[in-house]
Amino acid sequence: MIKVEKLVKSFHGQPVLRGVDLEVPQGSITIIIGRSGGGKSVFLKHLIGLLRPDSGRVVIDGTDVTHLEGGELDRIRQRYGVVFQGGALFDSQTCGENVAFPLREKTRLSGREVAQRVEASLAQVGLEGVGRKYPAEISGGMRKRVAIALALVTEPQIVFFDEPTTGLDPILVNSIHHLIRDLHRRHGFTAIMVSHEIPEIFEIADTVAMLHEGRIVEHGPPDAIQRSANPVVQQFIRGEPEGH
Amino acid sequence: MPDPAPSAALRPVEALGDWTISIIASLGRFLTFFLRALGSLVTPPFKFNVFVDRVDYIGFRSLLIILLTGAFTGMVLGLQIFLTLSRFGSEAFLGPAVALSLIRELGPVLAALMITGRAGSALTAELGIMRITEQIDALEVMALSPFRYLVVPSILAGLVTFPLMTALFDVIGILGGYLVGVKLLGLSAGTYFGEMQTFVDMRDIMTGFWKSVLFGVVVTWVATYKGFHVGHGAEGVARATTQAVVLASVLILMWDYFLGSVLP
Repeated sequence: MIKVEKLVKSFHGQPVLRGVDLEVPQGSITIIIGRSGGGKSVFLKHLIGLLRPDSGRVVIDGTDVTHLEGGELDRIRQRYGVVFQGGALFDSQTCGENVAFPLREKTRLSGREVAQRVEASLAQVGLEGVGRKYPAEISGGMRKRVAIALALVTEPQIVFFDEPTTGLDPILVNSIHHLIRDLHRRHGFTAIMVSHEIPEIFEIADTVAMLHEGRIVEHGPPDAIQRSANPVVQQFIRGEPEGH
Repeated sequence: MPDPAPSAALRPVEALGDWTISIIASLGRFLTFFLRALGSLVTPPFKFNVFVDRVDYIGFRSLLIILLTGAFTGMVLGLQIFLTLSRFGSEAFLGPAVALSLIRELGPVLAALMITGRAGSALTAELGIMRITEQIDALEVMALSPFRYLVVPSILAGLVTFPLMTALFDVIGILGGYLVGVKLLGLSAGTYFGEMQTFVDMRDIMTGFWKSVLFGVVVTWVATYKGFHVGHGAEGVARATTQAVVLASVLILMWDYFLGSVLP
């Protein structure tokens, strides 16, 4: 389980997170929604350990990871997979080399085993045969799939998705969401996703949390969120320009 | 409770204080960055293939510009020094004058400036783009040190390639001086190289060598630091690249003076 307690973060005196509390059950898909610039990606970076909070803590399976450094932090990160907003693929490497990279650098697998794992990982995201292409040579949707293959190739226990469908058309958005759902069923990882794809995310989420003005203002199963009496949540779900 | 606003008379003092603190903080970050790189250097594994790639990137791909600028620098020196020495009837000293100017000063400095313009700027831009596209963050969350993969191989490649590029610059420059002084202006080849052998000794060569080693570290340190600390978007990368080239160039000239004063 991931437990976040009273997480506070400011940049240059500007508060972004004002005391975020959240619990993410093991093996679930939790989706953080909220307006652009509302601190969702900043929150995610705290969970990954790329940012340190001003106060509060992040506890993963009973270990307070908030102030871990060096080898201790690396040990926790061995359990992570992260799908960044833009994919974060290395431009200078082919898609296959990108997916193989963590295996080559962090495991003692032979070249043949790495190649097999890479091919299997690309196949499970529907990208057989693109291993030799460079990220610049494939479409945005394919790059997102390669990024998902890369995040999952080390079989992580927790996978973070930072707006994995940004910039894609509605059909690709749905296909990526279903891919995530299928992979989650197959591998059973805990997924935390930042997204504002409403209403598509309600189909795949076990839990939805709405981050607004630096706090979680609503948290629960998708149908409860959709029925929420909170006017901020309703405004966001309906996409109303005027409101609270 | 918020700090009370300073009176108008104290505002310049406060601004000066803020500026001083920000400069000290920047220097601290700059130094810490280098110490982290040193820490990664002494802890295995060493990424040899990345180092070879960086040697190619910083050194081999700078070869053409080094050969061109080296040749023309030597030719200009050959022409101007010959014309000056001929006023005193001392053309025989053309060889040592060209060689000493190149080996002690112009070789290390101009080669470093050329590599800064070609490879230093490219290094900052490359790392800057990796930073804004989250590729450096991706390395971190894979529990792989960006210092080990991106910074240490570049600094080590600078350490190796700058002296080599400087040596090439010196040799080509001396040949450029030979072309002008001997082939065009009629000085004998024996005088050109014979006097050079008499007046240039190992101390001069080592002065140039140590300068180029230091410049190699400084340029790659500045380039990687600026690449790691870019602002937002394309503008941030452009600004970091400009800052890297300007800062590295200024540091090259400053250190050239200090080393020139200290080294024999």
